[in-house]
Amino acid sequence: MNLVSYEDALASYDPVMGLEVHVELGTKTKMFCGCSTELGAEPNSQTCPTCLGLPGSLPVVNAIGVESAVKIGLALNCEIAEWCRFARKNYFYPDMPKNFQTSQYDEPIAFNGYLDVQLEDGSTFRVEIERAHMEEDTGKSSHVGGATGRIHGATHSLLDYNRAGIPLIEIVTKPIVGAGERAPEVAKAYVAELRELIKALGVSEARMDKGQMRCDVNLSLRPNGTETFGTRSETKNVNSLRSVERAARFEIQRHATVLTDGGTIVQETRHFHEEDGSTTSGRIKDNAEDYRYFPEPDLVPIAPARAWVEELRAGLPELPRVRRARLQAEWGLSDKDMQSVLNAGAVEPILETIAAGAPADQARKWWMGELARRANETGTELSEQPITPAQVARVTALVAEGKLNDKLARQVIEAVLAGEGEPDEVVEKRGLAVVSDDSALGAAVDQAIADNEAIAAKIRDGKVAAVGALVGAVMKATRGQADAARVKDLILERLGVEGQ
Amino acid sequence: MTELIRYTAAETASAIAKGEVSAVEVAQAHLDRIDAVDKKVNAFLHVDTEGALKAARAVDEKRAKGEELGPLAGVPLALKDVFTTEGIPTTCGSKILEGWIPPYDATLTSRLKDAGVVILGKTNMDEFAMGSSTENSAYGPTGNPWDLSRIPGGSGGGSAAALAAFEAPLAIGTDTGGSIRQPGAVTGTVGVKPTYGSVSRYGLVAFSSSLDQGGPCARTVLDAALLHEAIAGHDPLDSTSIDAPVPAVVEAAKLRDVRGMRIGVVKEFAGEGYQTGVMQRFNESVELLRELGAEVVEVSCPSFTLALPAYYLIAPSECSSNLARFDAMRYGLRVGDDGSRSAEEVTALTREAGFGDEVKRRIILGTYALSSGYYDAYYGSAQKVRTLISRDFDAAFAGVDVLVSPTTPTTAFPIGERADDPMAMYLADLCTIPSNLAGNAAMSLPVGLAPEDNLPVGLQIIAPAMADDRLYRVGGAVEAALNDKWGHTLLEEAPAL
Repeated sequence: MNLVSYEDALASYDPVMGLEVHVELGTKTKMFCGCSTELGAEPNSQTCPTCLGLPGSLPVVNAIGVESAVKIGLALNCEIAEWCRFARKNYFYPDMPKNFQTSQYDEPIAFNGYLDVQLEDGSTFRVEIERAHMEEDTGKSSHVGGATGRIHGATHSLLDYNRAGIPLIEIVTKPIVGAGERAPEVAKAYVAELRELIKALGVSEARMDKGQMRCDVNLSLRPNGTETFGTRSETKNVNSLRSVERAARFEIQRHATVLTDGGTIVQETRHFHEEDGSTTSGRIKDNAEDYRYFPEPDLVPIAPARAWVEELRAGLPELPRVRRARLQAEWGLSDKDMQSVLNAGAVEPILETIAAGAPADQARKWWMGELARRANETGTELSEQPITPAQVARVTALVAEGKLNDKLARQVIEAVLAGEGEPDEVVEKRGLAVVSDDSALGAAVDQAIADNEAIAAKIRDGKVAAVGALVGAVMKATRGQADAARVKDLILERLGVEGQ
Repeated sequence: MTELIRYTAAETASAIAKGEVSAVEVAQAHLDRIDAVDKKVNAFLHVDTEGALKAARAVDEKRAKGEELGPLAGVPLALKDVFTTEGIPTTCGSKILEGWIPPYDATLTSRLKDAGVVILGKTNMDEFAMGSSTENSAYGPTGNPWDLSRIPGGSGGGSAAALAAFEAPLAIGTDTGGSIRQPGAVTGTVGVKPTYGSVSRYGLVAFSSSLDQGGPCARTVLDAALLHEAIAGHDPLDSTSIDAPVPAVVEAAKLRDVRGMRIGVVKEFAGEGYQTGVMQRFNESVELLRELGAEVVEVSCPSFTLALPAYYLIAPSECSSNLARFDAMRYGLRVGDDGSRSAEEVTALTREAGFGDEVKRRIILGTYALSSGYYDAYYGSAQKVRTLISRDFDAAFAGVDVLVSPTTPTTAFPIGERADDPMAMYLADLCTIPSNLAGNAAMSLPVGLAPEDNLPVGLQIIAPAMADDRLYRVGGAVEAALNDKWGHTLLEEAPAL
């Protein structure tokens, strides 16, 4: 299919988006039973009658799950329900032990909120929140015997119920209108901001790569200047920030292509493909699927006491937006520089490095320079680099003490990354310390002057700028281990010239 | 030895405690009785001979060591096959659970074990507790010990029949729309539906979660009270469990005094469809209560006429969801898994083969009632009726301490008579359903035989939620007065098996 260009799509149509984000809470136990939520355990080892849906078993609500939901609701500027219930969402699927999901329907715990997100140009876009509700995760199916790992062509499926019953919070936006060409950027910025918020609240690690945070992108187009929403597609499980942006962008182009050709958009779920950023049709939803929701009779209603809600509100941590503004001011960064720090995921490492004693500019220099480059090259998170903020801080301290220069510091960092040990051990083992012994340096300086008499003469004549060449020679002779400033001073001293 | 099976639970416990008989002897006597008569009665789906004797031995050992025994230690009990029992099959009367051995005990099961109660086995029931005759069991009907060609009521027909056949002095039932009380009424035994939330549902395989309630079945009011105390009380594993002290039911059962109590006769439970002999015995009971010093007034609860249709929307709706888990994936029956079919197909084939007609009928009904576009008209309206019924009860209990009615409109009907007429079958629960919808407490106890068929008639007593003790106070007084009048208990008139 030849897609209409993004610009052409936007010239005729106005995108309307809805984002549904599922967050796996970091509670120790599941939403309705006492089983562990630890990832990576032997399949089906973290199950009990309740999360396996055995006949006769009953759910009991995880109080920490409710508390986390209320915290998220408050941080999203939502109203917190005075009274709400769980509901059963009925549909058959083998990875769902009861064949209904215990969720919330028309009585969510939090509703009517908003989240302000910052776009790359520094402007703010307000995304309105419809609701945040509690539910349980399903188990995991793996399909065996087929070529693709999908159910199509598989000979059998394996079910792991360790994930079944892990608490989820589903956060649903109101239709996002008015973003225009920035719609994909808004989608990405919203998910990014939400992720920061969830992390700041300490209710989940919100790792998208580990499925702790999953996003569905609903998108429709309407002709520019019209009000009525078009038919939407629902792109499921878009699981990275970049993919969220790409999926929205692709769907805008795809919808525009279909509509421009006089076709109609089918309401359906779509799969996103990381490889080329496209989406393909999943199942068709001719009508809204009938989940036969009804209030969960096995659970009593939840009525969060107002005093408790206020207590939680008062105890909310500094939220990411506020914190960012504070750090930007403290570090004296421009909007653009701050944005780079954020994009690199460098805030926490920098803060921890500062906390370990490094000056702010030095901490930022290392994390945003050498280490960010490495993370980028290896496709890993900055926080996952095999070096600790304390080690980075130690390197900056060695520089400040004059024991390392910039070039040597870089070598030390590389050695630490390569697993050669602590910065001091590297300096020791590799003999990387700056040569600060003037007598040793003096010999090198004398040699350099002797070898470059013409240059030395120029300097004596007042062309002090030429000293660089001699410094270079000394540095070369000492294999970079000399302090360049000191070398310069020594040369000028030998030549009887005052430094400038 | 045969006399042991005619002991009440209270007498049995006392005899064991005093060392007049061992718990093993008591258990063996009942196992022998089951062996002798259950081929005819079919009250039990599974008899746990080994487990029962082991539990009895444990009681005897405890006594030998001089440890204190609980009030029901060593008393045998028949457990409805809807409660999970670790290591013992639990079928709910359904093919779909044939061979399933639960890995865990229901809270009620563990409380019984902790009390030293000897569980003889699991009793027959309408499949997933859906029915009023036990004919819907996948394992054949149970006979009523008064007349084996008649139904023992349902869904807990097995438990009630086990009592009436002297196979056990105690039994456990569950009551979603009358499944304890109606079998009690038609077998001449005592059955109590405690206040919703007072007996844990953890491990009770759900039919309709907002209505299901486990409760005691016995041959005497005092025995029912003793069992009630053993099984009731807060359970953190059941969110709907009430965290409050259990009313003093044993004390109330011993009181035998209704002087000064105000008793309401529900006007709506009479008229067309009520058997003459049933109304005769009911009216005599009301007269008896008056003679015993209670004040009797007529009470109108107009919404009760809507209870049956509301029930047949709410219960099927919840059941359609509760029974969705039987999908052949994790336990129970699996049909058609020959490698050529998808999971969906295997699930469909299994449910087709594993569920009986009544269960399918209710799943379809409930699925329809919850469907979008119909929800408000059906499930939504039914919930409103439920509220109206609760208000009728509230208004009634503002003026009276308990309400009374016949438990069932008729005595036990012949097996097969209503099997193909669901509407006629549903009418058996006409008087019992309002209490399930309102969540209050109710009892059925025998008040004589209908003259026209010589079959037992039950009196229903209804008390407000968490006032279960009033049931026992009234029931105990009526029972004592009638036994005095007859010179024996009603069950002694039952024909020999």
